[in-house]
Amino acid sequence: MNLLGKLTWAAIPIDSPLPIISSLVVGTAIVGVLGWVVVKGYFPYVWREWLTSVDHKRVGVMYCLLALVMLLRGFTDAVMMRTQQALAFRSDGYLPPEHYNQVFSSHGTIMIFFVAMPFVIGLMNFVVPLQLGIRDVAFPTLNSVGFWLTATGALLVNISLVVGEFARTGWLPYPPLSELAYSPGVGVDYYLWALQISGVGTLLTGINLVTTILKTRAPGMSLLRMPMFCWTSLASNLLIVAAFPVLTATLAMLTLDRYLGFHFFTNDAGGNVMMFMNLIWAWGHPEVYILILPAFGIFSEVIATFSSKPLFGYRSMVLATMAICVLAFMVWLHHFFTMGAGADVNAFFGIMTTIIAVPTGVKVFNWLFTMYGGRIRYEPPVLWAIGFIITFVIGGMTGVLLALPPVDFLLHNSLFLVAHFHNVIIGGVLFGVFAGYTYWFPKAFGFRLHSGLGKAAFWFWLVGFYVAFMPLYVLGLLGMTRRMQHYDVAAWRPWLLVAAGGAALILVGIVLLIVQLVVSIRRREELRDVDGDPWNGRTLEWATPSPPPVYNFAVLPEVSGDDAYWTTKQSARDAHPPAYGPIELPRNSPTGIVCAFFATVMGFALIWHIWWMVVVGFFGAWATFVVFAWRDQVDDILGADEVERIDRDAHRGTRAPALAGAAA
Amino acid sequence: MTDTPATAAPGSTHAPAQSVGTQVLGYAVGLVLAVALTGISFFLPHSALIWAPGVPIGLVVLAVAQMGVHLVFFLHLNTGPDSTNTVLALAFGLLIVFLIIAGSLFIMSHLNHMMPPMDQVMRMQR
Repeated sequence: MNLLGKLTWAAIPIDSPLPIISSLVVGTAIVGVLGWVVVKGYFPYVWREWLTSVDHKRVGVMYCLLALVMLLRGFTDAVMMRTQQALAFRSDGYLPPEHYNQVFSSHGTIMIFFVAMPFVIGLMNFVVPLQLGIRDVAFPTLNSVGFWLTATGALLVNISLVVGEFARTGWLPYPPLSELAYSPGVGVDYYLWALQISGVGTLLTGINLVTTILKTRAPGMSLLRMPMFCWTSLASNLLIVAAFPVLTATLAMLTLDRYLGFHFFTNDAGGNVMMFMNLIWAWGHPEVYILILPAFGIFSEVIATFSSKPLFGYRSMVLATMAICVLAFMVWLHHFFTMGAGADVNAFFGIMTTIIAVPTGVKVFNWLFTMYGGRIRYEPPVLWAIGFIITFVIGGMTGVLLALPPVDFLLHNSLFLVAHFHNVIIGGVLFGVFAGYTYWFPKAFGFRLHSGLGKAAFWFWLVGFYVAFMPLYVLGLLGMTRRMQHYDVAAWRPWLLVAAGGAALILVGIVLLIVQLVVSIRRREELRDVDGDPWNGRTLEWATPSPPPVYNFAVLPEVSGDDAYWTTKQSARDAHPPAYGPIELPRNSPTGIVCAFFATVMGFALIWHIWWMVVVGFFGAWATFVVFAWRDQVDDILGADEVERIDRDAHRGTRAPALAGAAA
Repeated sequence: MTDTPATAAPGSTHAPAQSVGTQVLGYAVGLVLAVALTGISFFLPHSALIWAPGVPIGLVVLAVAQMGVHLVFFLHLNTGPDSTNTVLALAFGLLIVFLIIAGSLFIMSHLNHMMPPMDQVMRMQR
């Protein structure tokens, strides 16, 4: 009986300096920040107001912060791949194959699960309750638990950098490679437990936001008066609730194969390898719509606001969103046309895939017609939106190409495919969350981001994207497959060098985003958002002060039409003080962070087969929930006079006319 | 609490008042139906009441009825206006389950047909 399971000193990769040095740097930075927080005496504030907060705005900001930090990690992997492929012409480059395989696996895993997902969920968390005119999500503590479990997953993936190894299987661990016989190390186990734990967090958030949108809207906010972002969030969270259990079940079956000798996906004893591809993509395709639908919502808000016009074709937009929500579950086979299910199956799913492009096309035309005749202000959010429309249409069209089975047989697993999905994920999701980040930043922190640096970052990202990924389309047509550690085809070399140059341009874009944040914080007084409505917005989040007080709305707004805040501003009545009342607020709770701590312990122990620690972690997490369930005091009450005081302090003077209308 | 709050906090639940007797009656009826359906499904295969090849179909029918009993009596699904979301969620869930199961069967059966095991392929080539 070994107390530490499979864990020995051999798990620390002393012989490969790159991960050790980089994790030392990151570790020092984390310890430095923590030390600074403690020494300066900020820790009680950070613990009380952020780490244990159940306020949807704080949780949303923490989600976005997690995503931004993990973006740096995922981008580092991307740079390593591009430089490796630039160097590895008739040579081995600088990354040995087993390391290179981990790099592309962790790049995909991190970018999808710990960058795109948290960023999108963070924005939904922050914005949806504000847009619906309510005080928090339906289950605030559950929300905090969901975030911390996602953070647990991110932490486990990063621990794999120093202790042990990460999966070498690609971002989806296809068996039989991911089975114990071919991946005996802990890499796939890190992948499995990181995703299982963060998947639980995502599912909790999905249930929470669906309930919030369906059950807790402001008075008068009927479904068809909801802002477009709320509709796309509803669709996205419905997809989360429907699809994530499929992922959990599929990964659980692979886990049973690896831990208990089951034969779901093995080659022998009646296992069916193809069933894994089938099930993982039954989750995987809805997943891409989980990511892109909220981005569509952000663009709808941004384009309407900056064109100073109502969104064109609101109802068709709702219909298109919900159509995508259902069609998303009818196309998954296009990820494995080449598996050999035959012409009947391929034809059906190929046709369904081309059909799903129709509602997306509806959306593109609606955005164009919204801008048509509008007085567009070219602020950074709208630049991201226009960059998105052009880039996404290109990516969508290469997608329709790939949807044709005969074409897919030529391009499957080539760099053409890699270029396609980066085209839609960067040009769609990432541009979307950057637009949302710039657009809602003043709401979250009370000051705008520097506009000039934002524009510069946008142009470097846009140009960098084209320089980095258009060559990959060419390389795919030249026959280069994905995930190559080295190659000896001379014709590929120039295109890979260009692509590496594109990655450098994107690096400048990322640095500019960081510089923008720093400069904006330093100049926050001149960028201050005084009246809570810096963009002349149309939806209810702009009716609150920036940053919104903990209760969001001192008096719940009455909604009487589309574009709730815009109509209010147009018909602003005489200012009269609203009737303040006491407000119940959910109490902050350390449940989320404590539970995540035990989940991390449990996940780590499961990866290394340290069974006593698994028991400790499981019962710790369980006990945390029991303690929470037996709490005596559920809410805090904020008295009416306190609400009145906060509301008057929040720069009420400038916002009085509009607010009076909102409250009346 | 000194003053009554104007609005309930998010996440707080206020259960609708319903007499204990009514609730107990509902659960009792549900329990009887559930036990009966379970009993029948154990009894059926051993009896000669229905045609033997029809037994699986009979069991499927009983299983669906069991789900209905659980939804109505234990999960309180009804036709009231408050249940609209629950019914819609159920319909959405059924649709997705149907799509995934039917799609998987469609894909995997074609796959098995197109790609039989190697020894079978060799036999066909002979």
